[in-house]
Amino acid sequence: MTLSASDISAITLTLQLAAVTTLLLMLIATPLAWWLTHTQTRWRAAVTALVALPLVLPPTVLGFYLLVLLGPKGMIGQWMQQMGLDTLPFTFGGLVVGSIVFSLPFAVQPITNAFAAIGARPLEVAATLRASVWDRFWSVAVPLARPGFITAAVLAFAHTVGEFGVVLMLGGNIPGETRVLSVAIYDHVEALEYTQAHLLSAGLLVFSFVVLLMLGRHSGQWQRVPA
Amino acid sequence: MSTIDARFRSTLGSFELDAEFSLPSRGVSALFGASGSGKTTLLRLIAGLMRAPGSLTVNGEVWQDERTFIPTHRRALGYVFQEASLFPHLSVRGNLEYGWKRVPVAERRIAFDDVVDWLGLGALLKQAPQQLSGGQRQRVAIGRALLASPRLLLMDEPLSALDSNSRAEILPYLERLHRQLALPIIYVSHALEEVARLADTLLLIDAGKITYQGPLVDGLTRLDLPLAHRDTAGTVIDTTVVSHDPAFQITHVARGNISFELPGLHGAPGEPLRVRIAARDVSLALDMPSQSSILNLLPARITELTDDAPGQVLVQMKLEDSVLLARITRKSAHALNLQPGMRVVAQVKSVAVA
Repeated sequence: MTLSASDISAITLTLQLAAVTTLLLMLIATPLAWWLTHTQTRWRAAVTALVALPLVLPPTVLGFYLLVLLGPKGMIGQWMQQMGLDTLPFTFGGLVVGSIVFSLPFAVQPITNAFAAIGARPLEVAATLRASVWDRFWSVAVPLARPGFITAAVLAFAHTVGEFGVVLMLGGNIPGETRVLSVAIYDHVEALEYTQAHLLSAGLLVFSFVVLLMLGRHSGQWQRVPA
Repeated sequence: MSTIDARFRSTLGSFELDAEFSLPSRGVSALFGASGSGKTTLLRLIAGLMRAPGSLTVNGEVWQDERTFIPTHRRALGYVFQEASLFPHLSVRGNLEYGWKRVPVAERRIAFDDVVDWLGLGALLKQAPQQLSGGQRQRVAIGRALLASPRLLLMDEPLSALDSNSRAEILPYLERLHRQLALPIIYVSHALEEVARLADTLLLIDAGKITYQGPLVDGLTRLDLPLAHRDTAGTVIDTTVVSHDPAFQITHVARGNISFELPGLHGAPGEPLRVRIAARDVSLALDMPSQSSILNLLPARITELTDDAPGQVLVQMKLEDSVLLARITRKSAHALNLQPGMRVVAQVKSVAVA
């Protein structure tokens, strides 16, 4: 019972996708979470709901709209073609975009909660100690929100690994390009190759369990003693 | 010479603030008022943590006017909050160094090791804030503020969150702070004892308005101000320790030609000692009694009298350059026919260290 070359390529691709997605998500979610924590605009509620949409929408709906939007006739797709770029559907880049949208709430919410939990006081203290806004963000907000960042990264990574609907709608099933783990499992089942399906599914199951276990253990260590 | 000139005028919700004051370049200015009177708001406006129309000049530097608003991090101030608010992710050393590292070397006005020695923090440097007691934490917070080399130190009820033991632990440090640093301090408090012990200048605030600004003693003893009419009303006198009488456990202190005896052995000869005399502990006589259990019999001149609580009269007296208050019954005042300008003997039943 060994993994076939195409299964290994699906695993590698999945891990690549999750890694790239997580990295980009942290870059997007952090300023968004900071803004959501500190803004007083009435748009806050609307943006919060928009960010949370992927939690409730079927991934197929999300994938469908992304396909329309990014496709050759979509707004973004047309703009990309005008810029001389290839359209994103059925490419790795397209999967990354889909995954980012799909996992956005999993990254934004823990970071927002962590920023909110800090409160205004530590940042005020830092301001009275000569720290500029940027300095306060890096030297106080980020270290104090660390548990939130870790939770966000782990959830985003794990959620991307388990993604199926958006990938299928937006990326299809191109080996080595868009054929990720969940799609590979689906293919195996369709072909009645239950052994291979078991192997990959069990792997994913164990992976997910370990991730959640570590997350639980980590969040027990909030009161970290500084070095 | 005043180095802090401030004026703020604003309506914050239902709260109306209209405060204008000038403070001297050194010494402790106590900002005293009931809770909700706007003390903390005023302090936050000075720090730039809040914004309201107005103007603020500190040591000739404009921190705020119609066109200028210097953000908090570019104001050379130190702020000690009610709760120590240490950074939980940094050790004691990391907390102390936070502001210190952000001040350019040429602008540092205080040495790291001096602050550590002076506040007794040496043994705590490696500890986490979570491991410290309340008093220790507030000491670190004071050190952290001082290491930011402030030209103005703002303290927002730094003792109010502490139990009485921790408070007693911190107070001597605050007194020394006051004596050793040429640094103006604005000290917010609603505890009269703290103010009487630490302040040189008093700012009284009531419902967003400054109702008095001036020397502490005047603020405590002027009969047209509310403090003189409090139950705990009294005066403070800055004296110098003269000698001790170990047999009777008495300390002799003096100011000019006036000397006082107080129970207990305090300070060393030559050291300054601020004493507090409560109005209810002073009674008056027209002549010097020949025999009395009262140790402090002082010739004084009445400057003003006013009605106090029902049946009581508050008498303000001059004692060389010091002011004394006595709370006596209206009946006694009538019997002695007390009038402004009269010479009397103040019988001070109790003199306490402030």
